[in-house]
This record gives sequence, structure tokens and C-alpha cells, in this order.
Amino acid sequence: MATKVHMEALSPTMEEGQVVQWLKSEGDTVKSGDVLAEIETDKATMELVARGDGVLRKITVKEGETAPVGEVIAMIAAEDEDLGDDDAPDGDSSDDEASDSEADAEADSGDATDDDADEEADAGDEDEDDDAPPKAEADAKGKSGDGTKADGGESADAAPSGDGSGEEGQTGDGGRIKASPVARRLAKDEGVELAGIEGSGPGGRIIKRDVEEAVKAGPAEKAAAPAAAATARPGDGPDSEKVPLSQMRKTIAKRLVESIGPIPHFFLTIDVDMTRAVEARARINRDLERDGVKISYNDIVLKATAMALARHPECNAHWGGDHVVRFHRVHLGVAVAIEDGLITPVIRDADRKGMAAISAEVRELAGRAREKKLKPEEYTGATFSVSNLGMFGIEQFTAVINPPEAGILAVGAMEERAVVVDGELDIQPRMKITMSCDHRVIDGALGSQFLQTLRRILEEPLAALV
Amino acid sequence: MAVITYREALNQALAEEMERDDSVFLMGEEVAEYDGAYKVSKGLLDQFGERRVVDSPISELGFAGLGVGAAMVGLRPIIEFMTFNFSILALDQVLNSAAKMLYMSGGQISCPMVFRGPTGAALQLSAQHSQACEIWYVHAPGIKVVTPATPADAKGLLKASIRDNDPVAFMEGELLYNLKGEVPDPDDGDFIIPLGVADLKREGEHISIITHGKMVHVALQAASKLEKDGIEADVLDLRTLRPLDVDAILATVRKTNRAVYLEEGWPWGGVGSQIVSIIQDEAFDDLDAPVVRVTQADVPMPYAKNLEQIAKPSVDRVIAACNRVLYRNS
Amino acid sequence: MGTAEAEATKPSKTSGENGNGTSSPGGAKLGDFSKEELHRFMRAMLLFRRFEEKAEEAYAIGKIGGFCHLHIGQEAGALGLIDPLRQDDWVITAYRDHTQALAKGLEPGPVMAELYGRDTGSSRGKGGSMHIFGAEQGFMGGHGIVGAQMPMAAGMAFAAKYRGTDQVCVCFMGDAAVNQGAFLESLNMAAIWKLPAIFVVENNEYGMGTAFSRVSAVPMIQRADSFGVPAHTVDAQDIIETWSFMDDLVKQVREGAGPQFVEARTYRFKGHSMSDPVSGTYRSKEEVDGRVKEQDPIAILRNRLFEADLMTEEELDAMDDEVRKEVDEAADFADEAPLPDPAELYSHVYAEINEHGRLFFDGRDGEAGHPGGGKD
Repeated sequence: MATKVHMEALSPTMEEGQVVQWLKSEGDTVKSGDVLAEIETDKATMELVARGDGVLRKITVKEGETAPVGEVIAMIAAEDEDLGDDDAPDGDSSDDEASDSEADAEADSGDATDDDADEEADAGDEDEDDDAPPKAEADAKGKSGDGTKADGGESADAAPSGDGSGEEGQTGDGGRIKASPVARRLAKDEGVELAGIEGSGPGGRIIKRDVEEAVKAGPAEKAAAPAAAATARPGDGPDSEKVPLSQMRKTIAKRLVESIGPIPHFFLTIDVDMTRAVEARARINRDLERDGVKISYNDIVLKATAMALARHPECNAHWGGDHVVRFHRVHLGVAVAIEDGLITPVIRDADRKGMAAISAEVRELAGRAREKKLKPEEYTGATFSVSNLGMFGIEQFTAVINPPEAGILAVGAMEERAVVVDGELDIQPRMKITMSCDHRVIDGALGSQFLQTLRRILEEPLAALV
Repeated sequence: MAVITYREALNQALAEEMERDDSVFLMGEEVAEYDGAYKVSKGLLDQFGERRVVDSPISELGFAGLGVGAAMVGLRPIIEFMTFNFSILALDQVLNSAAKMLYMSGGQISCPMVFRGPTGAALQLSAQHSQACEIWYVHAPGIKVVTPATPADAKGLLKASIRDNDPVAFMEGELLYNLKGEVPDPDDGDFIIPLGVADLKREGEHISIITHGKMVHVALQAASKLEKDGIEADVLDLRTLRPLDVDAILATVRKTNRAVYLEEGWPWGGVGSQIVSIIQDEAFDDLDAPVVRVTQADVPMPYAKNLEQIAKPSVDRVIAACNRVLYRNS
Repeated sequence: MGTAEAEATKPSKTSGENGNGTSSPGGAKLGDFSKEELHRFMRAMLLFRRFEEKAEEAYAIGKIGGFCHLHIGQEAGALGLIDPLRQDDWVITAYRDHTQALAKGLEPGPVMAELYGRDTGSSRGKGGSMHIFGAEQGFMGGHGIVGAQMPMAAGMAFAAKYRGTDQVCVCFMGDAAVNQGAFLESLNMAAIWKLPAIFVVENNEYGMGTAFSRVSAVPMIQRADSFGVPAHTVDAQDIIETWSFMDDLVKQVREGAGPQFVEARTYRFKGHSMSDPVSGTYRSKEEVDGRVKEQDPIAILRNRLFEADLMTEEELDAMDDEVRKEVDEAADFADEAPLPDPAELYSHVYAEINEHGRLFFDGRDGEAGHPGGGKD
């Protein structure tokens, strides 16, 4: 039976995709799982895999052409199979056929697939932007309901597993959290979310001591969790909390939007003495030269920002329309200029990572960003962003907030400037950092306090440890 | 307190109970004139005469069944198996007769008796003489199973077993007979350890090594080594497998959240299988790790010394199991 | 045809020389018994016969389940080999045990109720047909594993000797049981310790469907030779012969003669169990019909009583009516008896529920009757 190759949604926000390259040609034999083509999405270049066995009989969307998500871009069928209408229209009957064959293809993965789909369904609420079960899976499930697997036993099986893990047993991506029984009990007793805890047991299993440590560390530490959880839907996961809007806040939101547009920006700038940072960077890079570590000023700023955000979770937030989502984990978006635009890879848990780790990660992500090889989970899920145009000699600028984030830092170039210190003229390395704030979330005082912390960390790194 | 051997402790228990109750007699191969194959019954023939200390022919099924018959009419036989390996010949009498008599007679006829002897491996006795027989006995309702590890336990539990009104399989250890330990002095009164009470042989907070019989000593050695690594282990000696001190098992697991079951027998359907089942059933929410079992290798006991060594549960294997359960690399 | 079969199929009403030279008593005469005693024998055998017929009927209509082995045709042995015993002597037997229990003094009602699986059964409904027990009557059970009762018999005899009493233990077994190791071990122990035990083989010629001659190279009477246990043969279809023989033998044993081996020659008129037809694969209808005609123990006694004018046809009929009524009452008793309370499931597993620890592991602690209830 023929299998249609659809333009699939390869990123959460993708509406159409461009075929960069077909890796299989018409007439090639393909198996389910083979990579058929590279597709450029709005964010990256992704691989499109075959969902059926047979021969790639026909390619309808050529390299360089664009097709909307859901459109048939090729056909896989048996060598001698009659494909019928050359245009392979999206008629109902042939759609069903495709679904059938996909249902068959899914049959192997059977229950697991259905379970996953169920759990997704259980966990879902108002957010629909990511991880909706692909149509094929939904179809496969529907088919299996009255098809050969039939008799309802399956859904009966799937339901309890969804129930059992629904509350505390799921990671953001629908997987089950591995935790020992006593860890689960303890977490429940202590009111700690398991998803916010990094498991130190085998395979990342959360064990008793992990929960104990999380309890000891308090709310901030509870936020630490595996990167996989980062794509959790804001506001309903364990990594964040919904803060209801007060009447005043609602009024502020409404009036400010009416005042200056969809996001009521305002801007705060600090001028930071980078003397200590320069010294520290020099020392670090000298010490770690053998290890090939080279810290940039941007890495220092990123780390400092993350630390400051951890102390000001009010700024580490999203605007949710009728609520604010305040995050317990710090995932920093780092704006990277690429050939035809801009992408913001995300450093997960940046507050918990060392500067060397951040440095390496930024370099690696930025490199792949330029090659358009980032995976969706690598450029989504930021809680706050940093943009740096210092390398272009920009002294100071304002960055546009990346919604639904509530803030972004615009980092200017570091340069030696004359400043007055205790009544005397001094020459210092200085850096201007401007924070764009979404006034619906961050008020002036709040933003200022955050920036004070940031400045303190950069100017007095030791004091920041207090 | 006096320091005596496990063998002497058993001997004391036998003598005291025979002295106390004329319905108690000892029968088995070599128990009388030979003083016992392992000298457990040394001197008893002289003390009690051939009426009560009876050398049997090598007829395990026969003299075990004779004991059952005698118990049916009110005597309290102690049937000694030279080793429990040979008791396999007698299992029909133990399991089909003794264990079921009370039930199938609707409560009319009980079998107050003790089957005793060493179980498990000694040294290089190879396949047929080196097996842990606990599981075949403990499997059947109607029988009780006792596995003492120390001289004091041997004495106190044997006395309790002889006085118990049900058939008791009292399983000793050949390698334990020379073990010395403190045992309350007979002059200080009757020393009885009730069945169904486990004994925490060592206290720790990180992991529970649960075991019975001879393996208690392997567990204690493993615990000592772990201690040097900063790991403190509870070593729980079950002492009796049926009745089983479930409360003690749950208590140690609730304390440490981690358990290893150590036994001399084979893994499939071993004693540990039951213990693990109980733990997961009744202390599931207290577990921080899967419960791991250490058993004999799943092979008949080989003769060659090196092979025997690796077939038996060892201190190293217990430590490895503990590390696994503790999620430690070692 | 081998020697064994030739021996086995030749009913011997009187004793004679046997393989190891021991003799069995014999020559009992009707005149040795009072009329009342003879009538009692007749009544008892009739009771056994009607009881088993009732059991057969109840089995057919589903009142009795499981295995059910009938003793029809073997009533003279059941009575004659047990009746001479005192109440404090012991009988232990295999699974064809209903009439032997009655012979040792159990009432038909509780035995029938046991077959019915009722709470008022002799074993409270927990044993069934194969496990009739009467501790008070010295009936130490029907046992289901062929030969397993023999070591236990040695044990009871050992206890008698140990305590210095003059009790005797009679151990019944089928002819097939002599091929079990337990036979060898038990006879040997009984012999070396001179235990007051009588091992009786009810030789009905077939171990289930296997003729004894096919599984023994020597006649039954020789099987005890190597243990130095005196062996005897008795025609167990003849109550007069059997009773006299056993009465004499028990006295000898009580006086210290040591263990004895008895081949009680008999024939099973019904199949091995309820699932085995009376005749067919292993024995012909002609054989069975012929034996029933020639060797029915009740007919044998009746003929002798009629001949000697010790009983009239009317007396016999009246007796039979009375017995049938008694059996009907036993069946009614069983039928009307309550089933065991579900809580009884856990009673009688252990005589002593220890104060500490768990004895039952089925996870049903909380249930009614479970001894673990509330303990842990």
C-alpha cells in the first residue's frame, strides 16, 4: 500500500518547509525510518524520514521548493503499484489510505505509541503550540481502536498508566520520570515536584537523597531538572508557577499595551566597571589555557545574568496573557546572528553551570546555529535572553523582547572610558548593559534591582558569593 | 554466659529438652554409638540410653516417617538427618505427611517434631552434598523452618523448636559446628528464643543485608568491609523463615530504603524471592533502589576448589550487590 | 503365567506353609462364635456394603467429588482385620479407607459427611474420601501416597514400645505398595526394633490396573522374607477365618511377638476408583463376575449362617433394611450438614500459631479466619 510523504512539522512553529535536498531519488528502495530529505524549517535544517517501506516512486516537491506542512511531497509505494491519480490529491479516500498504512507502520510500536499519545492528551491544556501528536499517530490510534488490535483492551491499558504518572510522574515531554518509590513518597510528603529534581541514580533515577537535597536547598534548587524538562508548557509544569494577575496588574497590562503596542517595553541601562572581570578573565584564560578553555566577556555576562536571574525569579518570567509564568530554572537564550537572520540557542540551567561549560556550550550551539543544525529543543524554552552587539563596536543599544519572555539584555562593547572615582579621574574598562522589560511583568524597581545584582556580580565577583 | 561451640549449644539443648520431657527422643543415622556424624549428640546415649537415642538404618524416608507416626500419637521425635541433602529422600514424609497431617485430619492429629541436621555447602563436597534445602521445606504450609547462625541462637531456637507443637525443620550449618559464641549458662535458667523473631546482628543506616543461617557470617564480613568505605549496613538475621519476622524486615527496609537478600540456595524461587516479594508488596514506598539477591551460582555445586569458591555467595559478591543497590561504583 | 499370579489367584481359605516357613493360624469354626457375634459380623459387613453403595450413588449425582475408592467385595477384611483390635490400638491405611474407618469405630454419619465435604465430616471436610481420620477411635488416617503409611505405622508401634504399652498398630496397604521403598524401610525398622506392628497387604490382585504378578517376581508372601518378619496368608473373603486369624495374631503381637506381615487375599468388586470401570482393560467381565459369584464375603457368611440355621432369610432382610436405613440417615446427615465455614480455610494448618512472626504468606491477612489477621 502506498505511503504518502508529507511535509511534516519539524519544528514547533513551522508552517511550511523548504526541501533543501532529497537524499533519496525516485526509484530508490526505502525503508521506514530512512532519511528521505533535508528540510529547512523556520529555525533549522531537519531530516525527514520515511514512514513506510517501498520504492520512492515520485517526488512532487523538488529541491529548493517550499510546501506547507501537511502537503504531500513524495510517494512511497511498491515497485509495480498503481499510484492512480498523478497529482495524488488530498482527497479523503487516499488520506485514509495513507493513515491506514501509517497505522500499520505504527503497529510495531503499538502500545507505547498509544500510551504516549494518551499521556500527551492527559497532560495537555490550553497550550497547543508544541508536541501535539502528529496526525499520523492520532490516526493510527483511531484505527487501532476499531481495527485488528481492537477490542478496547488497549485503551483500557493505557488509561491507568496515564493516570498513575500524570500528576507527578511525567516529564515535560511526556516521558515517565524515573524515581524510586521512596523518593516519590518523600517528594509527595514534602511537596516537591519530582520533575524539578535531577536524578543521581542509574539512568537518571531520582532517589531519596536527591529529594532530600532538593528539600534542603529550598525552592530555587527545586527548579533544577534535566534539560528534557525545559520544553514543559509554561505555567502548568513543575518548573514554573502561575502567578494570578491582580486587578492592578491587569489594569497596568491593559493600559500599557494601549499606550505603546503589543509589548509595553521600557528600558533600563547600567554602566558597569569591568576591571575585576578583565582581571578575572585574564587569569582564568591563563590558568586554563592548557585545557583549551577561553572565556569571553560575553560568557562572563551570561553567567552573571543567570546568577542574577536566579536571585530575581520575578524577572525570569513569561507573560501568559492572563497570568505570569515565573520560572524556577534559568534557561538563557543567547542571540546568535546567522547568515539570513537571527536565532537564539538556549543554555539550559545556566545559573548552575560553570563559566567554562557555558563558554563551550555557547560556542558549540552558535556553530551549529550557523550551520542551521540546531534541533528545536535547542532553540526553544528560554526564560530570558541576552543579546550582545559589543563585537560590532556598539556602545549601547536596546533589544527587542522575544515574547513571551519578559526581558532581554542588550550588551554593548567594553571600552576604556574616563570616569570619576572618589573625586578623581580614573580610566576603567566599562560596559553598558540595557535591559528591555515587559512592563506587564517587570516594573521599573524590579528591573533595577535585578540590574543592581547583575552589576554587583560583575564588579565584585567575590561579594556576589555572599 | 559461657563461650561454647554451636555443636555444644545444640548438644545442651537436646540434653536439656530430653531431660525435661520424656516424650522427646532422638533418632537418626549414627546419633547414638557414633556420638553423631558431627558429634552433636555426643554423650546423649550414655545419658539417656538406647530407648531415647536411637541409631537408625540408612533409611531416610523410613525413619522420618517413623518419627511422623510417633509424633501422631504424642511423642516428640527429633529426627536427625546426617545432612539435609539426604532428607530429599524423606521429603514425602515431611511434606505430604507431617506438614499436612493436622489439616487433612481436620485438626485431630498434629505432628510435634523436629527434623534437624546441617544444610548447605561445606567444603568441596560437590554437587549432591552441598545444597541449601531450606526452600523445599519453607515452601509448604504446615511446617516451620528454623535456621540458627550462632551458638546462642542454635540453643535457644532448638529448645523452642522441640517444644513447638508443629513439625519444625531445624537447619544447621556444617561449617558452623565449631563456631564459638556466648551462650547463657544452663544454671541461669531455661534459655529459649521464640520462633518468629529475627535478630539484628549489626546496625547500620545505609543498607539492609537480610539473610539467614550460615550466610549471616558472610553478611557480617561484608558489612565490616563496607564500613571501611563509610557504608553502614544493617545485618538482619531472620533466624526463622517460617514463622517469618516480617515486621523486622519492613523495619530495616524502612530505615535504610535499600536491601540485599543473601542466601546459600539457588535463585529460582529462593528464600529471597519471597522476601523480595514481601518487601516490594509491603514496603514499596520505602524503597530507594531495587532489592538485589545474592545466591549460589545457578549451577550444581562443583568440586574443584576454585569453582566452588565462585559458586558460593561470597563477601565480595555481597559487597558488589550492596554497591549496586547503593548506586555506587566500585 | 508366573508363580506369583498362580499363588495370588488361588484363594486360600486356610493357612498353610508359606515361603519363609512361618505358618498362619487357621481352622476357625463357626462354632467358635456366638450367634450374636455372627449376626454382628453380618450386620457390619452389610453396613460397609450399603455405605459404599450409597457413596457410589452420591458420587454419581455429584454429592461427592474428587477421588473415591470403594471397598465393595473387601468387607470381610475390613471387619475381620480390625474388629479384633482394642480402641487404643491403631489402624493406619491407604486411601480405600471408608469401611476400615467404620470398622475402627467411626460413625457412618461423619464419614459420609466427610465424603460430602461437610463441616461435620470426620476431618471437618478438609480430608475427603482419602483422608478419613478418627484420633479418638485410633483410626490414624487414610493416606494418599502409596506406601507412605508404613513408616508412620512403624512410628506408632515405636511409640507403644517406647511408652511400654501393649498397643498394636495395624497398617493396611494395597498389593502395589510392597514395591515402594517405604515397605522395605518400614519392615526392616519394625523388625530390628521388634515393633508391635502388623503390616497387612490387602491383595486384591491389582494395583490400580496392574496385576501384581506383573510387578513382582515372587509371590506376595515371600516379600517379607528378607526382613525376618513372619508372614501369613489369610483368606480375607471369609470373615470367620479372618477374624479368628487376626484376633490370634494381635494377641501374639501384643505379647511381644514383634512385627508381622499378612497377605489378606481379597478381590475388588468395583473399579479402582469412580473413573475406572468394573471390568474392561485389565480384567475381564467374566473374571469379575466369577469372583463376585464365588467370593462375595457377605454371601459366604450368609450361606454358612443359613446352612447352620444361625440366621433366617427374614432376619437377614430385616437386618439389611435396618442397615439401609442407617446408611440413608448417614447420607441425610451429610446432605443436611453445613459446608465448612470459609474461615476454616486457615484453621488446622498449624497446631500452634506462634506469638511472633508470620506463618501465612498469601497476603490475605485481613480476611476472616486468617490467623495472620491483625498480627502484622
